[in-house]
Amino acid sequence: MSTVNIIDFVYLISAVLFMLGIKNLSSPATAKLGNYLSMTGMAVAILATLASPDMFGFTMIIIAIAIGAAIGGYAAIKVEMTSMPEMVALFNGCGGAASALVAMAEFNGHTAAFANFTLITLLLSIIIGGLTFTGSIIAYTKLQGIISTRPITYPFQQVVNAGIVVLTLFLAYTVFQDPSNVFAFYMIIVLSLGLGVLAVIPIGGADMPVIVSLLNSYSGLAVSMTGFALNNNALIIVGSLVGASGLFLTKIMCDAMNRSLANVLFGAFGAVDDSVADGGEGPTGSMKGFEVEDVAIALQNADSLIIVPGYGMAAAQAQHVTRELGDYLTEEGVDVRYAIHSVAGRMPGHMNVLLAEADVSYDQLYAMEDINDDFANTDVVLVIGANDVVNPAAKTNPNSPIYGMPVLEVDKARTVVVLKRSMNVGFAGIENELFYKDNTMMLFGDAKASIQSLLSAVKE
Amino acid sequence: MDTGTIIIGLTIFVLACFAGAELISKVPQTLHTPLMSGSNAISGIAILGALIATGRPESVDAESIIGFFAVIFATVNVVGGYMVTDRMLQMFKKKKRKKKE
Repeated sequence: MSTVNIIDFVYLISAVLFMLGIKNLSSPATAKLGNYLSMTGMAVAILATLASPDMFGFTMIIIAIAIGAAIGGYAAIKVEMTSMPEMVALFNGCGGAASALVAMAEFNGHTAAFANFTLITLLLSIIIGGLTFTGSIIAYTKLQGIISTRPITYPFQQVVNAGIVVLTLFLAYTVFQDPSNVFAFYMIIVLSLGLGVLAVIPIGGADMPVIVSLLNSYSGLAVSMTGFALNNNALIIVGSLVGASGLFLTKIMCDAMNRSLANVLFGAFGAVDDSVADGGEGPTGSMKGFEVEDVAIALQNADSLIIVPGYGMAAAQAQHVTRELGDYLTEEGVDVRYAIHSVAGRMPGHMNVLLAEADVSYDQLYAMEDINDDFANTDVVLVIGANDVVNPAAKTNPNSPIYGMPVLEVDKARTVVVLKRSMNVGFAGIENELFYKDNTMMLFGDAKASIQSLLSAVKE
Repeated sequence: MDTGTIIIGLTIFVLACFAGAELISKVPQTLHTPLMSGSNAISGIAILGALIATGRPESVDAESIIGFFAVIFATVNVVGGYMVTDRMLQMFKKKKRKKKE
């Protein structure tokens, strides 16, 4: 058995460890173990690669690993749980950049003697990795609020983007014909980076769960392409795992919004569009603002409570005080549960992580399909900073932009309390009939402050 | 690269896609963020290619310099991704609930 065979065998072991790692993510009880198995797989693969006999530049490797570990470790320790979507987007961008750079290094390493297949996969790795890198950075700046979370659109946007894709592929074909065409090669890099920016700017903040998932999938695909180019099985396997995982989450997110991926990517959902405002009838009746004391009485008289968190809870950092309220009421004998819509927040599972951070037991967290039938038998529903995911128009109003989207049927509960910052419409600019219903109590103000005073009022 | 090698590579790719989809569909909604950051960390496996690109040339050249930056990016991805996933998973706890009658 040659050294190369041994290394390939070790790669197989690490691939198995990665698979076991994901398998253990099927339950919160085993998930930590899963992450450790996955880490072990990574460590084993890195050590095997370093042990290869034709390695020389160890000084550079050690310096690079030290720099990368310091940056990654610092960011991982410091990041707030509410900022997790941004963090994941950034890390993802790093993965895309790494794949593209590896392909570029390989291209520089031996320009002349490429097999056709190797060259195609190298170029694909650079294109996908490059657009993952800049796309993730744009997603990061949008999530962080550095640039507007509104879709940024301009005339002929899709024509321009399609043109860039065609040009990039044409240049790739040129390089494929003549690998010494360095100019075309660098143009491909520039265009891929540009494409990532242009593809993500027209996508609104509420659609970020889809984009973060999709970019995750792309980074996996880039890794697979690099693996084909380097003939490295570990990269091929892991890349396809990550690609499948990202695609799976993308599909869940799209289904949860009842929209196609194409609609998310090109629909510029949430763009300020005046034509929608005067079309169709607005909800009738008026919103009824209530005082904290009124809501407190409703809670004191309740036997069952379902809390529905949304992005507003994250924005107000209200998860801890929400848990305090939930725990207090639980001790008073109220049946307290949390209902979480798949697209609540800015990334898949965002609300679950925040509530876990606040120390809510994970068996109190329910997915929509597990709790939707129970709203009708519930005394009080507390909606904290969620809007579209509880909008009954999705079921009743065929003219609504979100018609057909599966929503939490909170309006069936006896009383619905909605915590909201102001009277304004939500992110997508869609009126919510729920706010006008007779059994709805609106409580305006900052979510954290409102729940804080609600908690004191309930204790009295 | 001969056709046989390509076919083997594609076989591995397709089978791993199916295995991955099967495993991932079992992950509950509660763990979707850790799934994402964890699979993200795994995608830092590109570090293997980065290490080879950096370490293979016997002296510093364009390949090893690009490789150097690739190692930095990949390490940020791997170390950051695993640590943040671990931080999140530490928080998922099941509490014993005491209920008053």
